[in-house]
Amino acid sequence: MSREVLVKKSDIVKYYLRKIIIAGLVTIAVTWVALPFIMTIIYALSDPDQYYDPHIVIPTRYTLEHIHKLIVLGAWNATINSVIVAVLTILFSFAIGLPAGYAFARYAFKGKDSLKLFIVALRMFPMMVIAVPLLVLYFKLGLADTLLGIALAHTAMALPFVILITSGIIAGVPVEYEEAGLVFGLNRIGAFFRITLPLALPGLAAAAIFTFIMSWNEVFIAAVLSFQNRTLPAFILNLIGGATDFIKFAGAFIMVIPALVFVFVAGKYLVRMWGITLK
Amino acid sequence: MSNEEIPTSVKLSKYTPYFLILPTLAYMVFFIGYPLVQGIMLAFFDEQGRFTLENVNYLLYGPGSLFWDALKYTILLAAVIIPIQVSIAFGLALLFNLRFPGKNAALYTVILPLTISDVAAGLIWYVMLGQYGFFNKILMNLGIISHPIIFFGIKDMEFIAIVITEIWRATAIVFIIIYAGLQMISHEYYEAAEVFGATTWQRFRYIVFPLLLPSLQAALIIRTLFAFQIFGVVWTLAGRDIPVLAGEAYYAQTELLRPGVASLYALIIAGLSIAVGALYIKFFKAKYLEAGM
Amino acid sequence: MFMGDTYMVDVHLRGVVKRFGKTIALRGIDLDINDGEFVVLLGPSGCGKTTTLRIIAGLEKPTKGKVIFGNRDVTYLPPRERNISMVFQSYAVWPHMTVYDNIAFPLKIKKVPKEEIDKRVKWAAELLQISELLNRYPHQLSGGQRQRVAVARAIVVEPQVLLMDEPLSNLDALLRVKMRSEIKKLQRRIKVTTIYVTHDQVEAMTMGDRIAVMNAGKIMQVGTPWEIYNKPANVFVAGFIGSPQMNFIDVTIEEAQDGVNLVSSDFTIKLPQEYISLLKDYVGKTMILGIRPEHMYPLGYVPANLQKKDKIKGVVDFVEALGSDTIIHLNTGSKIIVVKTSGTYRPKIGEELEIVIDLDKIHLFDKNTEKAII
Repeated sequence: MSREVLVKKSDIVKYYLRKIIIAGLVTIAVTWVALPFIMTIIYALSDPDQYYDPHIVIPTRYTLEHIHKLIVLGAWNATINSVIVAVLTILFSFAIGLPAGYAFARYAFKGKDSLKLFIVALRMFPMMVIAVPLLVLYFKLGLADTLLGIALAHTAMALPFVILITSGIIAGVPVEYEEAGLVFGLNRIGAFFRITLPLALPGLAAAAIFTFIMSWNEVFIAAVLSFQNRTLPAFILNLIGGATDFIKFAGAFIMVIPALVFVFVAGKYLVRMWGITLK
Repeated sequence: MSNEEIPTSVKLSKYTPYFLILPTLAYMVFFIGYPLVQGIMLAFFDEQGRFTLENVNYLLYGPGSLFWDALKYTILLAAVIIPIQVSIAFGLALLFNLRFPGKNAALYTVILPLTISDVAAGLIWYVMLGQYGFFNKILMNLGIISHPIIFFGIKDMEFIAIVITEIWRATAIVFIIIYAGLQMISHEYYEAAEVFGATTWQRFRYIVFPLLLPSLQAALIIRTLFAFQIFGVVWTLAGRDIPVLAGEAYYAQTELLRPGVASLYALIIAGLSIAVGALYIKFFKAKYLEAGM
Repeated sequence: MFMGDTYMVDVHLRGVVKRFGKTIALRGIDLDINDGEFVVLLGPSGCGKTTTLRIIAGLEKPTKGKVIFGNRDVTYLPPRERNISMVFQSYAVWPHMTVYDNIAFPLKIKKVPKEEIDKRVKWAAELLQISELLNRYPHQLSGGQRQRVAVARAIVVEPQVLLMDEPLSNLDALLRVKMRSEIKKLQRRIKVTTIYVTHDQVEAMTMGDRIAVMNAGKIMQVGTPWEIYNKPANVFVAGFIGSPQMNFIDVTIEEAQDGVNLVSSDFTIKLPQEYISLLKDYVGKTMILGIRPEHMYPLGYVPANLQKKDKIKGVVDFVEALGSDTIIHLNTGSKIIVVKTSGTYRPKIGEELEIVIDLDKIHLFDKNTEKAII
């Protein structure tokens, strides 16, 4: 059956217009975020003569000399320190926080809601308050200017997050799997380690990465608690007072590269994790 | 079954959750509770344990004390930055809620600032806004300006640089909270609205916005509270030119070697956070009650 | 009638293809739906029926092809301009609005005056029997009540086309049966062109004026319930409709003196003269014989007026006594044939039975194309 079929041109135009606007906005957003990263990497590696030439926007000659200088000044040690602190933080916060996360996920008990609320409130507490008093305490305990000391402080900062995230992840593993384990001969602990833990591993790995980043980027507490053995952010913070431009650029570069690696490796998890936990 | 027949292990198992949480609580008490108390001691009690307002005096009237400026700038920065951030983050979240090719790559890019420290962010924008930085060079080479815009060394310009950097850095935090909240709203809710005649704006006003309110509130509270702790960005870009509470705390501790004053600053930040947090909660609670929920 | 065009409209799909990345969801759909008709899109999960519905709604755009309402090409038109209504599978009743506000929403968007909104909301609520629930919030309602809210909301605007995506699948069995008839009655009353998606053949057969059976992105057959049941166009439709499923047996076609023989590994069925012309291209070849369980009768239960018949033999392998019917699984040697008969007959396992086949009701399918020849 043939019939007159009217196609409104404006319908088609509106459809494509919408697509173009979306593409445009996304491009602006992505460029706005990515450009500073890119320029930092470029300038940190660029030849000073070309940088100071006002006509050259993007240099063509590159050098590693700035990075090298920074490393000589102590950036490498600081980076190692940051890694150690972050790893320790993960170990401590998970050792203490995972059981609590499990408790919140699997048990119903009196005071559960209040305790949970308390932990959520703790997250919003300005942790910098503990930095100075902690230093005083550390002097007495001999922990001042130690990586262990910083890690312990970071653990306190990370615990609320770890508890809430792991609680959510464990809750996401159906309790029936554990119960099946219990039926077939395991006790509660066995069921946890042989059934729940392997299943929760991806989520827990993401939580670990999240904790790593938190500790890696933390600057105030680390800067207060350390003098010689500084973490990377504290080290750079200290340095920039009298540093040349290029040292600053190199500093930015060194701090940014690991971050880019993080996102490349675990981007998908991070988005999911952050959104849920930061709520 | 009488009481004597229940084995001890079963009786104890009632307390299992508490045992599991005990380490956390103990840790919190030791590493947060104790320092908190110590902080108050440091701020208001001298070495002999007598109550003293010496630190308060130093804070308010001491030579070179920038307390009032620090308070002013901390609050001013928050007041300027947060509304802009929340608006941008909100728009961004709505944008990313649509389907388009390359969405994942774009998403990971947009959250990049979340992975770096505020010191790094400050340095990155130092690169961008320096006299020979990208921003100036592009504008000069395009002929839009003839002299570079100097951002560093002049207080007002430094303020602007800080605002730009903070917006760049922390919008991602707000974005991701709102975005997560948006993801949780079933797509069918707006498809239904669209089928029933709602324009994009109407869908937003009647469906998306009301359902997103909890996320928005959470984002607002978190962002505001963290804004009072602003430190790395300011220190990197402006040093003490633009004093902020956290910066003054750091300065008091590391340069002036006055832990009492530093503690006091930290306590003021905490006090401000609690006060504003409580206000927010009260305000939002009121809105919920009025909406009949 | 307070709105402009509230006439029923006919819907046409022309060559609709839909690709999601590498997967092809729809492989060329052509369908004509008449105004006021209740058409069911029926098929197993993944066949593309929901995708088709969403393309008609405008929630998806086809990769190729056109969607036409009346004489207007609406392919690029956004859903809100198509004057349609939809009941979603999960109802999509907005949780932050009362039942009243949910139902009123489409009218509010169209800027209908308040008194008119009130009148129509109450009318729809009355029709769906949810008048007492108007001030409640969705979380206070049961699934069935929420579903009625979704339906009320869909009919309150008097749409040109009403779309329903498996609205009954989340309800328990009793409620489902009740709602089936209520929805059909409703549709007859308000006379709107309705397109209904389901995987449940009973729903399709009882509610549809016509059914479009779909599989793997294609329409396998469009027809009235009678046509689909009695004249399935291919093996898929024949097997999908009818419970228990139609029996399929491979048979070879042989010419015989007075007719045609269908030879299977266990038995031979003799067809009279008239079938020679229909099957002459298939002599010597294998075909698929289809016969429904309900068209086979044990001795003593054969209807008197059966014209053409033949017999097969087998041993009872399993019996399902359902009360009203008895389902007999008969082992004919190398296959199990399913026979459905009256509940009063209950053979024992191991019994040898003779079953009479109604030859008027057999189907023969080309083995390669799976299309029905008879």
